[in-house]
Amino acid sequence: MADDKSNAAEYWKANVRLIFGCLAVWAFVSYGCAILFRPLLAGIPVGGTDLGFWFAQQGSILTFIVLIFFYAWRMNKLDAKFGLGE
Amino acid sequence: MSQFAINLLFVGASFALYIGIAIWARAGSTKDFYVAGGGVHPITNGMATAADWMSAASFISMAGLLASGGYANSTFLMGWTGGYVILAMLLAPYLRKFGKFTVPDFIGDRFYSNTARFVAIVCLIVASVTYVIGQMTGAGVAFSRFLEVSNTWGIWIAALIVFLYAVFGGMKGITYTQVAQYVVLIIAYTIPAVFIAMQLTGNPIPMFGMFSTHTESGIPLLTKLDEVVNALGFRDYTADVDNKLNMVLFTLSLMVGTAGLPHVIIRFFTVPKVADARWSAGWALVFIALLYLTAPAVGSMARLNLATTVYPEMAGQVENYEEAARNPILYEDRPEWVRTWEETGLIAFNDLNNDGRIQMYNDATDYSDRGWEGNELTVNNDILVLANPEIANLPGWVIGLIAAGGIAAALSTAAGLLLAISSAISHDLIKTMINPKISEKGEMLAARISMGGAILLATYLGLNPPGFAAQTVALAFGIAGASLFPALMMGIFSKRMNSKGAICGMLAGLICTLLYIFTYLGWFFVPGTNMLANTPDNWILGISPLSFGAIGAMINFATAFAVSSATEEPPQEIQDLVESVRYPKGAGVAVDH
Repeated sequence: MADDKSNAAEYWKANVRLIFGCLAVWAFVSYGCAILFRPLLAGIPVGGTDLGFWFAQQGSILTFIVLIFFYAWRMNKLDAKFGLGE
Repeated sequence: MSQFAINLLFVGASFALYIGIAIWARAGSTKDFYVAGGGVHPITNGMATAADWMSAASFISMAGLLASGGYANSTFLMGWTGGYVILAMLLAPYLRKFGKFTVPDFIGDRFYSNTARFVAIVCLIVASVTYVIGQMTGAGVAFSRFLEVSNTWGIWIAALIVFLYAVFGGMKGITYTQVAQYVVLIIAYTIPAVFIAMQLTGNPIPMFGMFSTHTESGIPLLTKLDEVVNALGFRDYTADVDNKLNMVLFTLSLMVGTAGLPHVIIRFFTVPKVADARWSAGWALVFIALLYLTAPAVGSMARLNLATTVYPEMAGQVENYEEAARNPILYEDRPEWVRTWEETGLIAFNDLNNDGRIQMYNDATDYSDRGWEGNELTVNNDILVLANPEIANLPGWVIGLIAAGGIAAALSTAAGLLLAISSAISHDLIKTMINPKISEKGEMLAARISMGGAILLATYLGLNPPGFAAQTVALAFGIAGASLFPALMMGIFSKRMNSKGAICGMLAGLICTLLYIFTYLGWFFVPGTNMLANTPDNWILGISPLSFGAIGAMINFATAFAVSSATEEPPQEIQDLVESVRYPKGAGVAVDH
């Protein structure tokens, strides 16, 4: 039982770490590249405008998709590793 | 065949499909009714979620918002998709593991308090009802434009169709009709976009076409668009915004609001396993992105098309925009689609300087040197998507498809919202709080009656939209983001969070958000009762009422943690419950108590 508990705590920690990582990327592309850092990216041209604009209307959405699938894939591995899956 | 007959055929065929599905997918139990039996495939659920989420506003209005606002309105694109990332990581899998039917179910059980449950029920109903008004009016607009029936009849027909498949099929009927509706709406949205992208850039994929070369002028499409709108006195399409704080908070508010909207969350209760809930969120976003990645292309291309329709000399290579702007088209030479839409009143022309030509520009800039006496053409943003096939000279069946697509977008979202409302009433209010002894049959009947009642209320509000209908979006997202989202998240991620903390947090977040919104938009949206004019100068730190949901959420978190740490720990069985939702093992399908 004690093992089970520490195992579960370990799993939860790994999950929270993974969420932090994914949300850091999530915030970086949307609030960072698309909004706050857009002036810094102004020098990088993309199809008639700049990289920040592309992130705001395309890049952030594409990144969000990748993030969710990455998270689902990693969590399935964690579920299996800790034997906590269904 | 006349255009009317084609439209009738497309809309009629799509309705027949929805009703056929409803007959096939009748709900036999409360589990069928609330969570579609709990056996929906994650990709199917992803598609249904996409239709559930993409409302009349996404289908009809978003491209228009982007066309008029340019870069500044990217907030809608990021906010309404980024919410799925936090939903997938912070809420959906754990709420699926919890394995009950509704959002108030979780809040009531986790915070071992019927007060918390009741606050959640009220928040859910207010957010969902305000949201459903827009769907009914959106369906009404689509009907009246394409089927030549009055707005009133349009809304009644929409209500009847939703009634047929939602009341009998419950979540099961709604799920499979939403899948069909998704297919209809995405085809309707992308076909005209592909043709327009081809015409303007030679690239058939709109999301790439938008960033490629404009064929007629030989320069990048967005550069061309910037030059054209600039020559007409507007800010550059791609211009950066000055108030970054507000843009960040608005995006964040839309994201947490999206993640906290109950009609989206309950869709994730229908999949068989916790892992499926995670995959399903990814699939939902893929299906949503097909439209959301196309919308900015539709918006920018429609804006350019509109400008070059009015100023034909601006279309090609332009040496001097000043000169090109002097020769707009004669009103009598206007294209056919302008005439069609003039009849609806959504395009209006007023020849202020009596020269017989159409001057369309930003009249905040003074162009009296060009002999212009004000903007003469007003174009409602909402027509851009609906008029797209006509602007691109596409055949009549594409127009029929757009009609069916717009109605599908409105109906699919309305049905999801109505289910969220009716399950909160029949399951949380009646079964859990008032009469726990109610039989399965009794609960089903209660669910169907409350669904019928909700449809009637939505129809009434659609027919008599309160003056504040347009502002209620802020309300729905504010409530979902400032009260429901933080409560759900803390319920999962903080074992220490007790009922007092959660209740105080929800109320603090809700009340602060409402106060801020009402201060600028009027008490309960009654015009003239706002204490401060709704202008950027008056906003605290430049934060608009629409952006306040994120601040409300922060107030909720802060209050909840402060109160909770000053009061007792939650009971052991609640802490065990939190433990159990964190691990997928032993989930099983969604069950009743």
